[in-house]
Amino acid sequence: MSMRMGEMSRRGLLRSASSFGAALVIAFEIPREAKGEPAKPPFGPVRAWIRIDSVGTVTLFYHKSEMGQGISTALPMVLAEELGLDWKNVNVEHADLDPDHQNQGTGGSGSVASTFMQMRKAGAAAREMLVAAAAKRWGVSPENCTARDGAVWRENDKISYGELVESASQLPAPDFDTVRLKRPQEFTVIGKSLARKDIPSKTDGSAVFGLDVRVPGMVYASIERCPVFGGKVKSFDAANAKAMKGVLDVFAIEADREVHSTGGVAVVAETTYIALQARKRLRVDWDYGPHANESSETLRKQFRRLVDSQMKVVLEQGDTEAAMASAPASKRIECDYELGFQAHATMEPMNCTVHIQPDRAEAWVPTQAPEWAAQMISKASGLSPDKIVLHTTYMGGGFGRRYQADFALEGAQIAKRTGRPVQVVWSREDDMTHDFYRPASYHRVSGAVDEAANITAWRHKSTSTSIAQYWRDNAPPESSELGSSVQNPYAPRSYKLEYLPADSGVPRAWWRSVEASQIGFVMESFIDELAHGAGADPYEFRIRALGNARKIRNPLDEKSTPLDTARFGGVLRLAAEKSGWGTPLPPGHGRGIAAHFSFNSYVANVVEISIISGRLRVERITSAVDIGIAVNPAGVRAQVESAIIYGLTAALKSEITIENGRAVETNFNKFTTLTMKETPPIDVHIVSSTADPTGIGEPALPPTAPALTNAIFALTRKRIRRLPIKPADLA
Amino acid sequence: MAVSFEVNGRARSVDVDPQTPLLWVLRDTLNLTGSKYGCGIAACGACTVHIDGEPARSCVFPIESVAGKKVTTIEGIGDGHRHPVQEAWIAEQVPQCGYCQSGQIMTAVAFLKKNPQPSPTDVDEAMSNNICRCGTALRMRAAVLRAAKEMKEMRGREPVGGAR
Ligand code: FES
Ligand code: FES
Repeated sequence: MSMRMGEMSRRGLLRSASSFGAALVIAFEIPREAKGEPAKPPFGPVRAWIRIDSVGTVTLFYHKSEMGQGISTALPMVLAEELGLDWKNVNVEHADLDPDHQNQGTGGSGSVASTFMQMRKAGAAAREMLVAAAAKRWGVSPENCTARDGAVWRENDKISYGELVESASQLPAPDFDTVRLKRPQEFTVIGKSLARKDIPSKTDGSAVFGLDVRVPGMVYASIERCPVFGGKVKSFDAANAKAMKGVLDVFAIEADREVHSTGGVAVVAETTYIALQARKRLRVDWDYGPHANESSETLRKQFRRLVDSQMKVVLEQGDTEAAMASAPASKRIECDYELGFQAHATMEPMNCTVHIQPDRAEAWVPTQAPEWAAQMISKASGLSPDKIVLHTTYMGGGFGRRYQADFALEGAQIAKRTGRPVQVVWSREDDMTHDFYRPASYHRVSGAVDEAANITAWRHKSTSTSIAQYWRDNAPPESSELGSSVQNPYAPRSYKLEYLPADSGVPRAWWRSVEASQIGFVMESFIDELAHGAGADPYEFRIRALGNARKIRNPLDEKSTPLDTARFGGVLRLAAEKSGWGTPLPPGHGRGIAAHFSFNSYVANVVEISIISGRLRVERITSAVDIGIAVNPAGVRAQVESAIIYGLTAALKSEITIENGRAVETNFNKFTTLTMKETPPIDVHIVSSTADPTGIGEPALPPTAPALTNAIFALTRKRIRRLPIKPADLA
Repeated sequence: MAVSFEVNGRARSVDVDPQTPLLWVLRDTLNLTGSKYGCGIAACGACTVHIDGEPARSCVFPIESVAGKKVTTIEGIGDGHRHPVQEAWIAEQVPQCGYCQSGQIMTAVAFLKKNPQPSPTDVDEAMSNNICRCGTALRMRAAVLRAAKEMKEMRGREPVGGAR
């Protein structure tokens, strides 16, 4: 969902903001009606801010949420580049939600990709105004002046931005369409590995996360929720809870279908601990609702029944059935893959702090979707959106979970009744058992190769607990589930995709890399199976199947970016080269490769493993990424490491299983994650490029699990088709 | 019942349920929010502080058992300066979301006191009971080794018999 400048009407906006003192504030906005954006989902446009005060202090505002991905450094870098600033002297600050402007939503690995040009134009516009002001003062033409290091220069003369800001702010803003942008060769900030601005405060306890918000007079609340998905409070007895010292109030709150909040019994208390303790003294009679018998096993049976059945044909190119029928049995493969639910398990559980007064509300929310959070606070409080001040705090992980607004709505429901500022705290158990999980899915893939190792057929039937269906989007249930399988880069001569959604009460939504985490596993496992079936090297086989460079469009969404097989092959080659693909390995070691296209980025991973005395060890991972221009290569490397480790955890350790309509794993003792001693060295290689930047928060995840299971196959001839891997799978 | 103890060198006295875990006293009563809640069952390490110099998971440590003891939190670890471990964390650009990092740093500081010249394997063992959901383990490993080296050099620079 990329934004092209031509599609928008645009204007530079000058404000004399009295609270900032004499300051040049440039905002860059798109009128609401031109945005054409759906209400919720995860991609965002633009709002860039620059503040220069008269003593020359420059503050750059980032309007996207910082959840660990380094956006609080990357976006200001883009502004600083065009503005001509000395990075050392740049301060960065988060832009609070401004109700005049939409989409500070942070997700879909889209923050840099969607705002890169707009940020550059805003920076360039401000620079041109400062240059014009200096030129006027000197009585020369702006062409004879240059801007760098926070000053305008004419030969050895300079005037600092601080001295110019007052007069510059009187000048008209240049047209953003024609303002001169630097050429990539002129970049001095973009493309440099720079230290993140937020890191020092994250080493001394001073960074303020959602749970660290402290407001005078505040109280704490926690909600007892029905353990079964979709259940409700029938009745409750709060006498014992209310008798506890420090308990202020106990009341039921309603579930909300729009945000899929659970509702439950809220306890308001003087401290978090008292609220959590008082919950244990509640006696609640639950109505477990219609899903109380659901389990991972019942779901699995349903999945199998569905893939055995006639499914909806989503895509058909050529005649897969005929191609399969004519292939010799030895060249035909059919296999089933399955993946379980995954929790986001952000390190900081869900929470928010809300204060509702008769005429205004203020909220401190660790959210990836500040607009949606504010809408829900408006809905629960009855206050119009312009009466709501929303501060986005640092957040202890997002991974898509914080794109939800359930916790913000709950904050407002409780704050409305208490009248005091209230922090709603989810326990870890609440967080893990009431997540919006990565869906579970089941895939039956069949295919064939001919004698010359061409892929003659590829048929992929799948079912899952569809996200689109759960959210009752106006899109068909498969629209959220198939990812880039609709753009298969390996050019099978016939290709067919079929799908049907499964019935499930398990809440689900966007987890890091969303459906790509599943589709990537299936496609890259299957291409590996075909390679081995053809007796070919899995890397060579992929390169050969990619064929000539071409662009593969998404037939279901003509507006989305085509897959460029040259870039796909490029990351495969780079990962193979850097990992020493094909060179001998010590005994007991194996290598696997996988590549995937997601969020318009290309990533290939090579995983080297060893299995010694039955113990699997990931020895090292080599990753090659093509994301166009890498704004902050150091930050890119950190995100690749992060996504790979998150993916390894999901492949090797964590899973949410369902029994009696509820999550079995309730805390980190059962939902385990990769430890330091299990974490392999990760070597990241970034393709040097001048293409427009794409995202990197997620795309390194999808090719991680298949590269791992492909390595296991290379070593052991055991094909793992169900994630997460269980020790018994290797026995 | 009031419980008295010391936090970051300052005498404190709180009047709470004696079973209240130290973590919630620090966070809600004393407004020291650097120590984090991650699991509440001693499984993640986000709440790690030092009690009389030993690392402790404050989410399961009742306040009554802290009476008369000395507690150090992330806010006090540097003693007015940045601790070499904090410096190393910045040099290696460890934190991502940052939420687990107070606990990681407190664990690392306590570990390096016991084992000032660790091998990478020692570091892995010591740090493997702390969870980081953002996947910063590689950088933490490098940062602990860097801090060990830096602290060794600092000891070498100190005058003979001199104490800090
Ligand atoms: S919060 Fe104490 S160990 Fe997790
Ligand atoms: S930095 Fe986010 S959990 Fe460790």
